[in-house]
Parts: sequence; C-alpha cells; structure tokens
Amino acid sequence: MSWRLWLPFMVFFGFLGLAAYQLSQPRDEFVKSAMVGQELPYFTLPAAVPDLPGANSEDFADGKPKLLNIWASWCLPCIAEAPQLEALKDEGVEIVGVAIRDKPEDIARFLSDHGNPYTRIGRDDLSEVQLGIGSSGVPETFVIDGKGRIAYQHIGDIRAEHVPILLEELRKAGR
Amino acid sequence: MIAELGLAALWLAAALAALQLLGGILALRGGTESDIAGLTRPAAILQGGLVALSFGALLWVFAITDLSVKLVATNSHTMKPLIFKISGAWGNHEGSMLLWVTVMALAGALIAGIERRLPERTMQATLAAQGFVALGFYAFLLLSSNPFERLPQPATEGMGLNPLLQDIGLALHPPTLYFGYVGLSVAFSFAVGALLTRQVTPDFARAMRPWILGAWVFLTLGITAGSYWAYYELGWGGYWFWDPVENASLMPWLAATALLHSASVLASRDALRVWTIMLGVVAFSMSMLGTFLVRSGILTSVHAFAVDPERGSFILFLLAIYIGGALLLFALRAGAINEGERFSVASREGALVVNNVMLSAILAVVLLGTLYPLLTEAFDVRVSVGPPYFNPVGAIFAFPMLAVMAVGPLLRWRKDGFGRISKEIALVAAFLLAGIVLLGLLFGLAILPLLGLSFAIALAVASFLPLRGRKLRRVPIETWGMVVAHFGLAISLFGMASESAFTEEHLAALEEGGATSVGPWQVRLEAVEPVAGPNWTAIAGRMAVSYEGGEPQTIAPQSRNFWAPPQQTTESVLVTRWNGQLYAVMGADNRGGRYQLRLWWKPFVTFIWYGGLIIALGGILAIIGRVRGDLKRRIVRRKVAERRAEAEALA
Amino acid sequence: MRALFAFLMALVALPLAAQNDIPPAPYAYRQLDDPAQEAAAQDLMETLRCLKCQSQSIADSDASMAGDMRHQVRIRIAAGEEPEDIRRWLMDRYGDYVSYEPVMSATTWPLFAIPVLLALIAALLFWRRFRRRA
Repeated sequence: MSWRLWLPFMVFFGFLGLAAYQLSQPRDEFVKSAMVGQELPYFTLPAAVPDLPGANSEDFADGKPKLLNIWASWCLPCIAEAPQLEALKDEGVEIVGVAIRDKPEDIARFLSDHGNPYTRIGRDDLSEVQLGIGSSGVPETFVIDGKGRIAYQHIGDIRAEHVPILLEELRKAGR
Repeated sequence: MIAELGLAALWLAAALAALQLLGGILALRGGTESDIAGLTRPAAILQGGLVALSFGALLWVFAITDLSVKLVATNSHTMKPLIFKISGAWGNHEGSMLLWVTVMALAGALIAGIERRLPERTMQATLAAQGFVALGFYAFLLLSSNPFERLPQPATEGMGLNPLLQDIGLALHPPTLYFGYVGLSVAFSFAVGALLTRQVTPDFARAMRPWILGAWVFLTLGITAGSYWAYYELGWGGYWFWDPVENASLMPWLAATALLHSASVLASRDALRVWTIMLGVVAFSMSMLGTFLVRSGILTSVHAFAVDPERGSFILFLLAIYIGGALLLFALRAGAINEGERFSVASREGALVVNNVMLSAILAVVLLGTLYPLLTEAFDVRVSVGPPYFNPVGAIFAFPMLAVMAVGPLLRWRKDGFGRISKEIALVAAFLLAGIVLLGLLFGLAILPLLGLSFAIALAVASFLPLRGRKLRRVPIETWGMVVAHFGLAISLFGMASESAFTEEHLAALEEGGATSVGPWQVRLEAVEPVAGPNWTAIAGRMAVSYEGGEPQTIAPQSRNFWAPPQQTTESVLVTRWNGQLYAVMGADNRGGRYQLRLWWKPFVTFIWYGGLIIALGGILAIIGRVRGDLKRRIVRRKVAERRAEAEALA
Repeated sequence: MRALFAFLMALVALPLAAQNDIPPAPYAYRQLDDPAQEAAAQDLMETLRCLKCQSQSIADSDASMAGDMRHQVRIRIAAGEEPEDIRRWLMDRYGDYVSYEPVMSATTWPLFAIPVLLALIAALLFWRRFRRRA
C-alpha cells in the first residue's frame, strides 16, 4: 500500500514541472479569435469620416484579399503601428479600418497627424464588429481572403518585423 | 550605521539558522548529548533576537526616513505621516520578506524556549526543519533582495508619496497573512520533525495545536477583511470572485481547518497519525503555493500587482526544496508510522474524519480549478474557471460536511451510537427540512441559496446543542471556542445565501431631483456636486435615502478621477442596517443631465463578515482554553516531580 | 507574501488602460424593463469573462468593452434569444476563455472527472475504513 504515500509527491512533482515550464514561457495575455478560418460575419458600419466610405462585410467578397484593422484614435499603440500600415499600403495592400468607440473629429485629427492608410473606415460605436469577429482589444489586424473568409489574426500593434508576415499571409489568402 | 547594524544582525541570524540546522542533524545522527546538538535551542533563541533587532533597524531607518538607504528612498517620503512611514517598511518586497523571517524566527525562538513536552530528539529535528526553512528566506534576502542596501549618493527626497497607498488597511493586511503563514510553517516543522524521528504522539499534536489555531485565526481574519475590502472597493457589490489570488488565501485556510480538526483527534485519541502529518505538510505547501501564484504573476488575476517572474522562480525553488523534500520524506517514512487507535463510524473521530475528507475534497476542487487554466495554457488553450464552477462543485462536498458538522460534536469519542443522539438529530433534521420547505414555497429560491439558508438555520441551532444539559459555567473554554466558531460559520453561510437569494439591483439614470427605489429603499438624487482632493477631482451625488419611508439619510458616493497616474475610481457608500446594506455607487457618465446610479439592497450581507469575525473569536477562545490547559498540566507535572524528589530525599 | 497588499492596491485603482470618452452603449448600464429577462441577462453576465480586464466578469467591470458586451447580452435577451445561445455565440468567437462556466469538452473534461473521482475515493475510504471496524 506504500504507493499511496508517493501520490502527494507525484502530484506535487507534476505541478512543479508545469509551473517551471510556464515561468519559462513568455507570458502572453492574448485571447485568440476562434473565428479564424470562418466566414466574416455580416455587418454594415457607417462612415467614420466624411471623405471615406463606411465598411461592409460585402466589401470583402470582391476577390482581393484585404486587411481589416481594428483601431481607435484614443489608442496609443495605434500610433505606433501607423507607419507599418503606411508601408503595407505602399505595397498595394487595401486596408479597411474599423474605428472602435470613436468620434469623427478625433478620427480626422488622427488621420491628419499620422497618415491615412485606409480605403474605408467604419464606425463601430458598440464594438459590434469587434465582438463579431472575436477581437478582444485594439489594435488588431485580420487578413480576409477574397471570398470574405477570415484567414489570419494579428494581435497588438504591427511592428516592422510583422509586415512581411502579413504580406505573406495576404499572398497565401490570395491563392 | 543603523542600517549596517541591521544587515550584520541578519547575517548573524542566518549563520545561527545554519547552526540550528547542523545541531538538529547531529542530534538525529548521534544523540542529543553532543556539544553542537546542545546549541540548537540557544541558537534558535538568539536567532530570534537578532532578526528582531534587524527588523527594528529597518523600522528605524523608515521612521527617520534615512534617504541613503535605497529601500527607503524608493518607498518612503519625508512628508508621510509617521504611521505610514513605519508601515512602509513592510509595504514592499524586501521589507515584507524581512517581516516574514522575523515572525518566523520569533516563533522558532518561542518553541525553543518553552516547548518541553516532546522528546528531545524530535524537538531538535523540529528546530532543524525550522532553521532549514528560515535559511532559504535568509538566502533570498541576503543574496538577492538586501533591504539595507545603501545608495552611493543619498537621495534628496523619497519616491513613495502615493496617497492611494496610505491606508491603514494596507498597512495591517500583510502582517495578518504572514502570521497565518508562519504559524503553518511551525506546524510544518513539527510534522517534519515527527517524521524524521517517527514519533507521532498526542504530545506532538498538543504542541502543534496552538500554532495551527493561531494561524487559522489570522487566516480567517485576513480572508474576512480582504473579502469586505473587495466588496467595498470594487464598486459592483461582489465579495468573492474565486479569483486566483483569493483562492490562494482560501486554500491554506481550508488545509488549516482540516489540520486543526485532525490534530485534535490525534491529541485526544492518538488516532489519524499519518493523516495529521500529511495535512501539516499540505497546509504550509498551500501558503507557499499561494505566495508563488501571487508573486510570480503566473495566473491572471484582478488583484495581481507588482509581479516579478525572477522572484517567482526563487519562490518556486524554495517550494521545490521544502515541499518536495517534505513529501519525499513522507513517502519514505510514513509507511513506518502506525495509523494509531481504531474507532467506529458513529464516534467523534468518525465525524471528524468525514469533515477532514470533505475539506480536503473542497481544497482539491479549489486547487484544481485554480491551476487548471495553467495546465491548458501549456497546450495553448485558454479556459476560464469561475464561480459557476466553484460554487456548485464545492457545494457537493460542503453540504454533506455541514450536515455532519451539525451532529458530530454531540458524539462521544471512540464508540457511540446514533441512537443515543436521535432526538438531537431529529431536531436538526426538522429545522433543515422546515427551512427547505418553507423557504422554497415562500420565495421559490434557486437550489444553492435555498440549501444554504436552510443549512445555516439548522447549523446555528445545532452549534449550541453540545452545551445542552451542562452547567454553562463549567463548560471548558475550548468547547465554547468550538461552539462559537461553528455558530460563526452558520452566520457567515446565512449571509452568503441571503446575499445570493435576496439581493435587489437597480441601475438608474437620474436627473438632479429625480427619485427611484431599490428594495425597501427610496432614493432621491438631490444634487450633483464637484469635489476636489489633493490629486483627484470627483463628482459627488448627494442622495437622500430612506428605508421604508422612514427618516431620510444623506449620502454622497463619488466618482473620482485621479490625474497622476490617470485613473478613475468609484467611492461607493454603504448604509448599514441590522438587516442588510444599501450599496450606492455614482457613475461618471452624464448624458443630457442624467447621471448613472448603481444601487443594491443586500439583505443580511453583513452577516458574511460578522460570521468571519465570530469564527475567529471561536479560534481565540480555543487557543486560550488549550494554552491554559497546557499550563495547568505543566504545573501539575512539576508538582508531582517535586513531591517525588522530596520523597526520594526523605527515603 | 505581498498577496493582499498587491490585491488591495489593484482594487483601489483599476487603471483604465485605454480610455475613450464615447458614452457607454445604451444597455451597458440600463436594465431591461422585464424583470424576468433582466434576471436572465444578469445571470448570464455574471458567468461571462471580461476580455479586456483581468479576471472579472462583465457584470463587475467598468471597462467599455464589458459595457458593450452587457449591451449585446441585454439586447439579445430582449430579442428573445436563449442565454445559452448567447454564450455559445461568444464562445464561437473567443473560445472557452470567455465563459466562466466551463462547458464539458475535450479540453475541460478533467474539471468534471476529477471531482467525481474525488467523491468516489471519499466514499471508498469511508466504506473500507468503517466496514472493517464495525
């Protein structure tokens, strides 16, 4: 019956291994969207600024892969990723913006300060699109293939090293 | 100078801890007569004195705000009130570690000084274990977090003048927890000592018991206060979220509760030997584990604040050595320890075994639910385990335990029959059934609150049954302790069940002058006024509230905006009546002159924390009773010895 | 060790990381008129995790995203959706993480199996221990 006396030690040993492993892992607090691989849910969003159209889910079904960028003028990392979005735009990528809980005048100021990489910007005042595609923060960027399917999710601001990854994902989605 | 003195005292104390460990080992190897073994007790006492000196030095440099000490410069400020300067000494990582070893070394000194019941070898082994545990913390302090480090150039002013941190609750809370944890570390040392010498006796349980009781009282108070704090500060009326940090404080409490009961079986009846040893190890493991979970930031918690993976690694390392070592020792040695006396199912021991198994099962459920997200994250899957899991799964084990708890104390030790207490069982069962039927018909409650209320009522009655037919004056204090603690649990349970069953919530958007109601309360928003503090501005909603149309009272909850650092907080207002609390929160939002109010009427919610206090009071009574009993026994023993010596001298 | 210290610290000041001054969604702080529907919504909200916050349900959080999720829950309940369908809808988007109520699945079965096992062990323990002695 002495194996039973070893049980606490074994359980503890298991915990120790797990805890040591987790401590050695970088902590990521990201909640991944379970919608990757799924159809983009239906939505229509009103225009966020007068000179650009709003965003619709149907816009994504025109055969060309696009980026869907969840952002907001009040979000600091969004400023950090603005140059990378510009770079992607220069590569010929079409970027549709979804502005979360934002005011038109703030959006306009952000675009004039940090550049406008977007072809369309929709206003999402109730985070409906954000909830609909399983995004849990700003900024997040989704690759949508030409048929309106979500192909890839990037969480957090886009750094310079992420640009080639996104371009590659867009290329894959285009096949 | 004072700081250097403190550091020197700390190094010396560490050396003495090493000596204490060595002496204990030699005593186990050779015998208790060798020279070094004889030094174990004095080493422990001297170590306690030195660490106290060291901690005193830290208090001193904080009190005079010696800005050449790095810790003071980063955590204090000349403009702080003295009380917060002093409490600032342990309001940081290094200082809190020093407080921990101080309490631990003082506890070690105390047992070295007064504990004479146990065989000397066991005592030596216990002190060696205590020295070993302390040594780890000394290493941590001296090698990686020296609290007395000097700055090359004294700072001109300290950096710690955050008024948010100047709070008496914050000042008193950590020490409360350390006292609890350290008490469990003493129990742990006793368990290891007994394992090493295989001497698990009733005396061992009696020596351990006051420490467990003390730890348990502090943990109870800590959890009660922490829960009230969360309730008051978070501004949404919740008092327990099953958050990892809360679970980290609950798990040692559950283990200590089980240990308390099994140690009392061992002390009175010399049964449950192996089990008590096991719980002694588990209880301290849980406090170390809780420390690790909180400090390493390995789990997502609403309460996690200053986390540091490096310190997490160190604590994990200590955890591995102490707990891993103790469990290894347990696996190797426990087989050689006899289970102890036998007993039948219908006996006090039988009931306490049920209590122990159920408490351990609840502990296992909490542990599983807390660590499970950690497990799945290793496979890159994120899950959440929350109240909808812990409440029902915990209840499966809690309610049977409560039922046994109601009648268990009425049973006699060793062998009894349920027939003898059939009247009492019938009485408790009648209360329980009447509660379920009446409350069920009257209010149509959900199953858990319904069972909770019914059990609370039945248990409140049952907790006094052990006093029936006895002269109250002659009931031992420790029995009163048990009665009071069990009654406290019933009160607390009643509060929880009532909060969950009868809380009324009302979210209102009111203009100035607008009125609304929640439960029996009428609420009128009379005016919204701006208020300014030292580093915040706020809007305060002045409200007239009246209970069932009675005399109105004025309250003014605030919504505050701090500017450095920018954050928004709500200052809720609680109006307490004997039968519940009105909880009012002012929202920041203002649309078209309408303000967001959050109002709750929570009948009997205060019983949750009153219950906690009553439980702690029961624990204190039990300590008084036990310590008094021990002292009496010691006096009797001495007198017997004196008489024998006299008789021998005469002969 | 500094558990409670840290704990209280975080309680006193929940930083609003990324703040925006758009008014909250209509039903973020407004109850449904039908008490039965509101009760159903409340029960559901208490079991959904706020994604932006640390370990809080959407019923206990001032984060704007939690407000938007409360709005979703309330309007969907008002439109006659079943609470479990709403949970399912969110879990389709955020996985098991969004629900505090673990649903039995390939990843969560041990959460349910282990307590059952514990109960069995407890029963076995009692039976063996006391049968021999009686």
